[in-house]
Amino acid sequence: MKTLARNRGQWVLLTFMLLWIGLLFVLPHLKLFYLSFVSRRGGEFTLANYLYFFHSPLYRKIFVRTAVFSTLVTLLTLVISFPVAFIITKVAGKHLKAMLLLAIILPYWVSELIQAFTWMVFFRETGVLSYLLRAIGLTHHNIEFLYHDSTIAVGLVYTSLLFMTIPIINSLDTLDDSLIEAAYDLGGNFWSTLREIIIPHAAPGMMVGSIMVFMLNLGNYVTVTLLGGKNSLWFTEIIYNQFIIRFNQNKGSAFSVILLTFSVLFVWIVLKITKQDLSEAM
Amino acid sequence: MFRQKGLSLSKALFYAYAILVLIFTLGPLVIVTILAFNNNPSASFPWQGFTLDWFKASTPGRVGFFDDARMISAVIVSLKVAVLVTLISVALGVNNAFLFVRYKFIGQNFLYLLMLGPLVVPGVVLGTSILAFSYGIANGLDKIFGAGAGTFLRPGFWLVVAGQVSFVATTTTLVIVARLKRFDPALEEAAMDLGSSRLEAVWLITLRFLAPAMIGAAIIAFLFSFENFNTTYFLSGSDPTMPILLYSRLRFGITPEINAVSVLLMMVTGVLGFLAFAFQKDDAA
Repeated sequence: MKTLARNRGQWVLLTFMLLWIGLLFVLPHLKLFYLSFVSRRGGEFTLANYLYFFHSPLYRKIFVRTAVFSTLVTLLTLVISFPVAFIITKVAGKHLKAMLLLAIILPYWVSELIQAFTWMVFFRETGVLSYLLRAIGLTHHNIEFLYHDSTIAVGLVYTSLLFMTIPIINSLDTLDDSLIEAAYDLGGNFWSTLREIIIPHAAPGMMVGSIMVFMLNLGNYVTVTLLGGKNSLWFTEIIYNQFIIRFNQNKGSAFSVILLTFSVLFVWIVLKITKQDLSEAM
Repeated sequence: MFRQKGLSLSKALFYAYAILVLIFTLGPLVIVTILAFNNNPSASFPWQGFTLDWFKASTPGRVGFFDDARMISAVIVSLKVAVLVTLISVALGVNNAFLFVRYKFIGQNFLYLLMLGPLVVPGVVLGTSILAFSYGIANGLDKIFGAGAGTFLRPGFWLVVAGQVSFVATTTTLVIVARLKRFDPALEEAAMDLGSSRLEAVWLITLRFLAPAMIGAAIIAFLFSFENFNTTYFLSGSDPTMPILLYSRLRFGITPEINAVSVLLMMVTGVLGFLAFAFQKDDAA
């Protein structure tokens, strides 16, 4: 009787789980995949939706730009976050540690939209930066700092900081301080200790952080469109244009599938190259 | 550790760097907070005196957040969506946690990986896939049952709820799984030996043990839902959620009112974030 009840319970749980993941994840993605391979009118099999992308120099350019830009921002975030994680785990006292942790978590709680908004307030033509520059007499005119690649980069690094820093903190937490001391005692200096001891130990966290940040950048919409305006030329934007403005679900689906395939491939290749196991690193 | 080594120079450099990081991360939030109380309609400096107009005012040319009917109705839509998404996602999270922790079955690992999918897929792709899927079904319903039968699956309230549940439920599952793993099923068996039925034992013992994780998961779910943009953007209809309305306004320019809204959001999400952290910290994996 008891085993029967257990099995019935399992079937109930499994049913709800499958309803959720099936209706809200698996079937929608199958539909997306299907739509990307059929024509808009008539619905017969075609590769035209993908060829449209590969034959368009503009879309190819936007895709490459998104991928390269995301990579550069990921590297920049890594360089900025690593010392933060190191300070939090190995240098800071209790108070500074708590303050730094709060400082990287607080912007995340406030949501990405508000993050982008605060940088708009700072960078726009009549914004805070322009005001400060005029106040100290460096310029007499307002300057538009929005809609530049560097502005987009600042916004993306800002939203990414937490996702890079936390995994590195998790790796560095397990690094015994005495190992660092031993490296010094054996004649190592700061750089050699960093290269030989600290970075190899933090590598799994650096990789998890980089993967997360890269995926978030690639799929970003809010930050790039608000800070980049018409100059953002981000891949997610052309997906939106196809789906919502042109109402072309087939081309939009093809673009979505391209974005999805690329991000999955990227993660897989990074894991292969670095010979890391994602589940182990997490 | 650097104290003993006497590396005071590198220590000073680290502290200088820490201060730069604090300025970079907190500076924008501080600026927006100051501007929310600045009596300057350009939403910028210079400081022109303290005002609460951006929170509450309804004179021509000056509308505060609490007197902005469109904004308030968007907040109400967001709250309704968030409450529903939270309830459904926590229920699914408990459901999935029991399925993955208490049972062993063929294909479980595959199903677990599939369960992580909605968190890995970019929000934009998730939104478009649900839009495309529901569009087809809504058309089908219209065809079979007459025009209007599929309306609830068109962009709007219910589709936003569905789209958010798809990835929020993954998060709640992960939070609740972490705690259920630390529960000793012997406690449940003991309750059953003492005469409870299995459901009673789960209700009285296990769910009580899970309560902190469920509350933590609920707060996170609420925050995720309330703040979501990427997925919601593709699924919302004529009654936008708060982030969607804010975004559409930001594309036309910045008003001091949005500073005020940001300050309110900072306060609410800050408190919720702290609570989620407090309820969850025992289970941090």
